[in-house]
Amino acid sequence: MNPVATPFFFYLLAGTMIIGGILVITRKNAVHSALALITTLLAQAALYLMLYAPFVAGVQIILYAGGIMVLFLFVIMLISIERAAKERQFNKQWLVGIVAAAALGGLFITIYTTTTKGKELFPEGRMTYGESQNTQQIAALLFDRGAGQYMFAFEIASLLLLVAIIGAVVMAKKRI
Amino acid sequence: MHELIDYIQKYLDSNQTPGAAGNIFWATVYILLVFGGLSVAVIAMNWLERKILAHMQVRLGPMRVGPHGLLQPIADAIKLLLKEDIIPAEADTFVFWIAPFMVVLAAFTVFVVVPFGPTHAITDMNIGILFMLGVSSLSVLGIVMAGWASNSHYPLIGALRSSAQMVSYEVAMGLAVLSVILLTSLHGVDLGLYGIGANDPQAYGTLSMIGIVQAQQEQGVWFIFKFFPLGLIGFFIFAIAMVAETNRAPFDLPEAESELTAGFHTEYSGFRWSLFFLAEYSAMIAVSSIAVTLWLGGWLRPFPGVHGPSIAIPHIWPPADPAAPTGALDFAFALIPGISFLLLAAMCFYNVARMPKHPLFKIQTMGLAGFGAVLGLIGLVMFIPAVRDRVNDIFWFAAKVAGFMYLYIWYRGTFPRYRFDQLMKVGWKILLPLGLALLILTAAMGMRTELWAQFQEVVHGL
Amino acid sequence: MDALLHITTLHYLVLGAALFLLGVIGVLTRRNVVIVLMSIELILNAVNLNLVAFSRYWQGMPGHLGGPGALHGQVFAIFVITDAAAEAAVGLGILIAFFRNKETVNVDEVNLLKW
Repeated sequence: MNPVATPFFFYLLAGTMIIGGILVITRKNAVHSALALITTLLAQAALYLMLYAPFVAGVQIILYAGGIMVLFLFVIMLISIERAAKERQFNKQWLVGIVAAAALGGLFITIYTTTTKGKELFPEGRMTYGESQNTQQIAALLFDRGAGQYMFAFEIASLLLLVAIIGAVVMAKKRI
Repeated sequence: MHELIDYIQKYLDSNQTPGAAGNIFWATVYILLVFGGLSVAVIAMNWLERKILAHMQVRLGPMRVGPHGLLQPIADAIKLLLKEDIIPAEADTFVFWIAPFMVVLAAFTVFVVVPFGPTHAITDMNIGILFMLGVSSLSVLGIVMAGWASNSHYPLIGALRSSAQMVSYEVAMGLAVLSVILLTSLHGVDLGLYGIGANDPQAYGTLSMIGIVQAQQEQGVWFIFKFFPLGLIGFFIFAIAMVAETNRAPFDLPEAESELTAGFHTEYSGFRWSLFFLAEYSAMIAVSSIAVTLWLGGWLRPFPGVHGPSIAIPHIWPPADPAAPTGALDFAFALIPGISFLLLAAMCFYNVARMPKHPLFKIQTMGLAGFGAVLGLIGLVMFIPAVRDRVNDIFWFAAKVAGFMYLYIWYRGTFPRYRFDQLMKVGWKILLPLGLALLILTAAMGMRTELWAQFQEVVHGL
Repeated sequence: MDALLHITTLHYLVLGAALFLLGVIGVLTRRNVVIVLMSIELILNAVNLNLVAFSRYWQGMPGHLGGPGALHGQVFAIFVITDAAAEAAVGLGILIAFFRNKETVNVDEVNLLKW
């Protein structure tokens, strides 16, 4: 089922994400940065929907925009950094940083404009699949008895979250 | 021009939601209908809350503005629009301006997947319930920003408390919802659950809202009565958590007037405050829709599995759709929408008769009689078979959500407020363990044939 | 022009690369620790976009690696999001502990061990 008006939505969402990214790294006020990051994350969730990945989009909205960003906002409010907004924003090695990023960008451009023996880098596939069973297929990959390959990774991820919770609580407590 | 008419008419023959059919025109029509209906519902809720709360407190409520105060919400709206727009000094203007929009965005986007009927949703996403829970958790962001941007300590404390409360009760809500998602993977009459893992695609559960109601239709029972009392306990957990999620009484400490002078929306006035108000009522309707879809069978009538003997009345019953059930009980329940509107009209006319016979009350009497006439006309129209078959689903869904709204107002008039530490204790120490136990018990009940078989294998092997 | 209008996998990859670059610039040039952490989140999101775009690419390919069940990229993206949550929590905990000691949020001033 082909989506309608794809280039319009793609460029709209891509523009939102790029502008949001630029605002994240250039704002003095950390709350404005956080708001720009929320916009970027929500636009990315919509982009996932365009890529026929509704489950990842849902997880992105719940976890990233609705969980991690709330955590960021709480911490920003807790440490009340209005004073930091009046100080110098960019550190002393900003030129080196930009040169390094430009070198990385040049590497990306080189890779993406290379064609292998005249063929395209990522040719378009012939088959298109809808999204009506996406969650069920991801569940099959995660939990299936025969075909599921990610069960171990799933358990390790839950252990990692437990360790992270304990670590964060210990770090932020006043007295251990 | 001809293609346009074709495009518009092509959708009417299909039996999918406009989103699934890819039809932008009808999707826009549905969006406008849902938006309009939601606005009317919020206005009606404003009037209903004041009148019902008043009658519970043995007083009358607004009586002056229209007949029995029916035009009071319009007066409130005009007042809010004309109020002065105050922004506190040294408040972060951009964040102050954007916070109400975030809350309204979160509250209104949720309605994209709410199913009013088997094809009456704007779209049926594969992750329906996940989308609803996720987007409604975005309102926490708006509240935190509103409290922070007001540059004043009452809103800040109110916002922190409110967001802590909402985040805590989202966990309990999620666990209750999970137990229902487990139930959707049972098909027919308790087939075994080897479907999870087998190559049978039918035996997977579903996260889509329409799929959840269709699972209830297939199993012939509302999920609130499934594996009694497990469904009931899940429903109670969700019902309590959803009241806390929307910051309503008895969990309204963050915005109560005697505690925090209106909490996070203290510094908002006029139109901005009305945006928060709109978002709060829309969020109430949204979480009630989740509860109705997951436990109370969505658009299904009561007793969806019991049909009664098949009857046929010429021109009136059975409905034109050949797949629709034709039992006597179906016919009886199909008459209820029309009868309920006629009852409302009868109540209006009874009150017209009770109006004082003073010449100053003439306009109000005529207004009430007109309102009653409109309701009666709607009731009569609902008896026409063509209208009845299409509107039935929407009526049952709306009636159940209206019942939840009445429950919300009832709670506000009855229960004393929870203190904040008691509130957090209920969320984490009572509802969360209960939800976990419910999840394990529901899973065990769903897999009881397999578990029993394995248990017997182990016992025989010993 | 047609290459711009027809959206292929390459478009998503270029977008991911651009976001990655923005995140790298943020990490390397900003002084405020919170904004550095947010730039790290930008980097992780760019990686996720690449993963999901490639998963969509493989869904269109025939063969045993492709087909409708080739959702490995999406599963990986879910794990990356989970790990980002854990790392953000721990990172912000460290930030709070550091702020309690030194009353500043600038990365430049994390230099107690400097000779």
